[in-house]
Amino acid sequence: MIDMKGVHKTYANGVTALNGVDVHIDSGEFVYLVGPSGAGKSTFVKMIFRGEKPSTGIVKVDNKDLSTYKERHIPKVRRKIGVVYQDFKLLPKLTIYENVAFALEVIEESPKIIRDRVMEVLDLVGIKDKARSFPDELSGGEQQRVAIARAIANNPKVVIADEPTGNLDPETSWGIMKVLEDINQKGTTIIMATHSKEIVNTIKRRVIAIENGRIVRDEAGGEYGYEV
Amino acid sequence: MGMKFNTAKRHLREGSKNIFRNGWMTIASIGAVTVTLILVGVFLAVVFNLNKFATNIESDVEMSVYLDPTLAQDKVQSIQGELEAIDKVGSVKYSSKDEQLNQLMEDMGQTDWDLFEQDNPLSDTYVVKTSDPHDTASVADKIAKLDGVDKVDYGKATVENLFTVSKYARIIGAVLIIGLVFTAIFLISNTIKITIIARSREIGIMKLVGATNSFIRWPFFIEGLLLGVLGAIIPVALVLVGYYYLSNNMTDNISIGFVKILPYAPFAFQLSGLLLAIGAIIGVWGSVMSVRKFLKV
Ligand SMILES: Nc1ncnc2c1ncn2[C@@H]1O[C@H](COP(=O)(O)OP(=O)(O)OP(=O)(O)O)[C@@H](O)[C@H]1O
Ligand SMILES: [Mg+2]
Repeated sequence: MIDMKGVHKTYANGVTALNGVDVHIDSGEFVYLVGPSGAGKSTFVKMIFRGEKPSTGIVKVDNKDLSTYKERHIPKVRRKIGVVYQDFKLLPKLTIYENVAFALEVIEESPKIIRDRVMEVLDLVGIKDKARSFPDELSGGEQQRVAIARAIANNPKVVIADEPTGNLDPETSWGIMKVLEDINQKGTTIIMATHSKEIVNTIKRRVIAIENGRIVRDEAGGEYGYEV
Repeated sequence: MGMKFNTAKRHLREGSKNIFRNGWMTIASIGAVTVTLILVGVFLAVVFNLNKFATNIESDVEMSVYLDPTLAQDKVQSIQGELEAIDKVGSVKYSSKDEQLNQLMEDMGQTDWDLFEQDNPLSDTYVVKTSDPHDTASVADKIAKLDGVDKVDYGKATVENLFTVSKYARIIGAVLIIGLVFTAIFLISNTIKITIIARSREIGIMKLVGATNSFIRWPFFIEGLLLGVLGAIIPVALVLVGYYYLSNNMTDNISIGFVKILPYAPFAFQLSGLLLAIGAIIGVWGSVMSVRKFLKV
């Protein structure tokens, strides 16, 4: 599903965030990305949906090298991947409903399917009653759940979640994990960057640890491995 | 393109919503269009009327071809054919010296004309018009060289002045209009650009969620179109009402003889349509231009 070979990323300001990453993630896997702040986790996931281009190296999604895509075909790649951004990235002038609907409008779903599906995923993340609110009227945790709803709305093959429980209380966090586990059961590949030792050590899955832009550990059913 | 009907509806909906959601920026853009179109409208009304006025005077330009008074009658007649054969000549009208004398007597009223009636000092004349009034000078030169022609008179200096004046008036008018329209486009694209800079982050997010450039661009296109059309409402109303009063007063109350403005219908409607079209074009142009650079994410 996802392959990286010799991926380096140096940002325009000279910071090297990835320093030679090789990885293979199968379709249907559930992967945690762990590591200290600034290790390169967000940069790692940005490689997959082309949030950033690698400086050198190859990134493949669905066995297709992303660098071979023409710029105007990139939106098609992104529609296969649902992303929960660390900073949510909700559209401020759209309501919660409209924000989630947007992901379905870009794939030109019919209005009826959009209505049903939006309410379904808002319900799933427990935020249906806020459908008519605007993002700035919501708490951080509520916005995070909207971001999750939008990421899973169009049933993408891959869901990338960059600290999806970072702003949530423990109870809501477990609720969100349940949602992610459910869609993983149905075959969706999940890649989740997290600082939550509790979650990683409780729901045991493959753990990839990144430090200074390199993969330092990669084990199935691994532990979080850092002291909090 | 192959855009689905529902997607088209969605773009229309989003484009119109933006009009309301952008509050005072929308008002600023519409205001810019309104002010510009009022200026352009007044200006166009003046220029079109001046142009018509100039064309009228130009088409009145004619030359009098005075024939040699000693010319035999059959030769006088044959000159008509020679005149008509000259390239670019539009119409040739004969006016005998007797007709001219009668006309003169009528114009001047009762005087003692007996003397003249016995020995008419006027000459037989052809009144010649060229198809295009600008050819008057060159055709006059050719006619002057004909046998039996005494002299050709067309008020040379006046006509030449008229042509230069109307030529420059048209050029200046065209330049001013183009200048005004470009100023308007600049104003509007700047105004819309400000709203878009505020939205550049949103455009980035839309792209990350998988929107194509055209998906993002369409609502802006609709928004620009609406801004332009809304901005045209007041100018169009001013044209329709203002020109109505103007045309009524100019024709009924003041009778300055030859000053006649273009008739209300169809001119006021044509001008309104033109303003609407200019408004729509500057709105669309302004918004599409300003969204362009933000699409490279
Ligand atoms: N757009 C950017 N421009 C310049 N430098 C960047 C940019 N994004 C990230 N970096 C730098 O790259 C390095 C890796 O950042 P990244 O966001 O990938 O870390 P992270 O592992 O996600 O950290 P965190 O756990 O705090 O989210 C950091 O040093 C960061 O300052
Ligand atoms: Mg991060």
